[in-house]
Amino acid sequence: MSLPFLVFFACAILAVAGAIVLIVAREPIHSALALILVMMALAVLYILLGAEFIAAVQIIVYAGAVMVLFVFVIMLLNAGVEERTDWSKIAKWIGLPLGFFLLLEVAHWLAHSSVGKAVANGAGGPQTAFSTTELSTALFRQYLFPFEATSILILIAILGALVLARKAE
Amino acid sequence: MEFISQHPVLVVSVVKIAVLLFIVMTALAYLTWFERKVVAHIQSRWGPYYVGAHGLLQPLADGLKFLFKEDITPPASDKLLYVLAPFLALSLALTAIALIPFGPPGVRVLGQPVFVVSNVDIGLLFLFAITSIGVYGVALAGWSSNSKYPLLGGLRSSAQMISYEVSLTLSVVGVLLLAGTLSFNGIISGQGGYWLGFIPRWHIIPQIVGFLCYLTAAIAETNRVPFDLPEAETELVAGFHTEYSSFKFAMFFMAEYANMITVSCLATILFFGGWLSPFPDSWKWQLFLPGAGLLLLGAYTAYDTAVVMRGIARIQFAVVTLLALGGGAICLIPPVAHVIQGPFWFVTKVIVFLFFYVWVRGTLPRFRYDQLMSFGWKLLLPVSLANLVVTAFVILFLARRG
Repeated sequence: MSLPFLVFFACAILAVAGAIVLIVAREPIHSALALILVMMALAVLYILLGAEFIAAVQIIVYAGAVMVLFVFVIMLLNAGVEERTDWSKIAKWIGLPLGFFLLLEVAHWLAHSSVGKAVANGAGGPQTAFSTTELSTALFRQYLFPFEATSILILIAILGALVLARKAE
Repeated sequence: MEFISQHPVLVVSVVKIAVLLFIVMTALAYLTWFERKVVAHIQSRWGPYYVGAHGLLQPLADGLKFLFKEDITPPASDKLLYVLAPFLALSLALTAIALIPFGPPGVRVLGQPVFVVSNVDIGLLFLFAITSIGVYGVALAGWSSNSKYPLLGGLRSSAQMISYEVSLTLSVVGVLLLAGTLSFNGIISGQGGYWLGFIPRWHIIPQIVGFLCYLTAAIAETNRVPFDLPEAETELVAGFHTEYSSFKFAMFFMAEYANMITVSCLATILFFGGWLSPFPDSWKWQLFLPGAGLLLLGAYTAYDTAVVMRGIARIQFAVVTLLALGGGAICLIPPVAHVIQGPFWFVTKVIVFLFFYVWVRGTLPRFRYDQLMSFGWKLLLPVSLANLVVTAFVILFLARRG
């Protein structure tokens, strides 16, 4: 087994384990930390795919900024331990089997489609690392409109938050 | 031997990590001594004096004290996170230093550059990634202690880090526009050359505004005076590490100093030409500066040994004298002098920044919380944004004309 292969499985298992802890944990801050773990594991997977820039940005933006805000809010509100509610009957009898079925379906597709085979043979990701220069050129030439549209979307979200948070006069 | 020739990267990396860790740990210990001495002299005191000559063994005594103190875990704390927090703080602070190149990439052993542990193409982004995770050490310490003051300290710390990280990152973008690369080696070698034959082409000159923003934001990021609100002792006992004792407290302490070293290294790389010498290459005498400096130090300690020191301090200073004179003599040998040029200038610049840090601590009073927030968002952020915009316009303008 090669080293990237081992790293992939270690990070994949970490990511899945983190995701499970995120849902199961009863202390909100534990859930937040589990989410950070998931994001870090994903960042390592990005590095394995040769997308160093995306990996670094993933850590800076999500793990470093967004999740710090989450943790900050949890600490500020001093949120207590979650209380368990009764399971929804529908989720138990229909949701779980359906989820399991979906998982099987994806696994089947991955094992038999051409894309899945290519990924399994290690041909899926780009073989050479994308340089930051190429990425920024693509972002600001080819995809300029979607990029700017996203910025405006975020600006609208910030304005919305401001309106909601403003004290009534 | 076969293993070494087959896996040069692995072997050299492990050796480099071990050596760097040893150097950084020693530097951390003596940084505390340096800080206490400088602050003491600012306040007309002597500082540590009794443990070893000039208090030189004080860091060792402090370390032993931390090791042997009782390690208390508050019963109401979240045990896992309480233990995790100091580890997180220290390990992330030390990891960041692995990305710093202390000398030119040309000096190689077994084909591997000697002066950097990990030469990443997007070094700067990775450094920011690591430091942006660093806030969790402090925040989790505050939360997991399950106590009022640590919680307030942790809250302040996360709010402060979120606010100042924005300015810190923006103040550096101007340099990135000039350098056109995210790799530390690229940024440093882009600053080679001289204006008018003797003024070094460092980024500090076109980016003076960015540098001032960086310096301010960096002090805030490392929770140092005047931005040390997370551990403001007059308000919060000891802030986020109130409940920590023994070696866990020492780990926070070391993390803070390691972060100081990291941001000083970053300032050196981004604005002051990293390992580049401030003098033109034609000035050959600069090769002998490190050796001459050590010899001067040796002469001073020799005088102290002979005239001032008494008893056991005399023996200690005799050892220091021998080390300084021997080291100085070795540094004067031309091949050695060539190799240590880069690290010598790098370390010198970093020490200047560290002195600045301590100087600020000895001089300025602490900010009030609302002052801290309005300073960060209303002054620092607009200024660093304006700096970025102006830099971008000037670069575009010059590119059009030339």
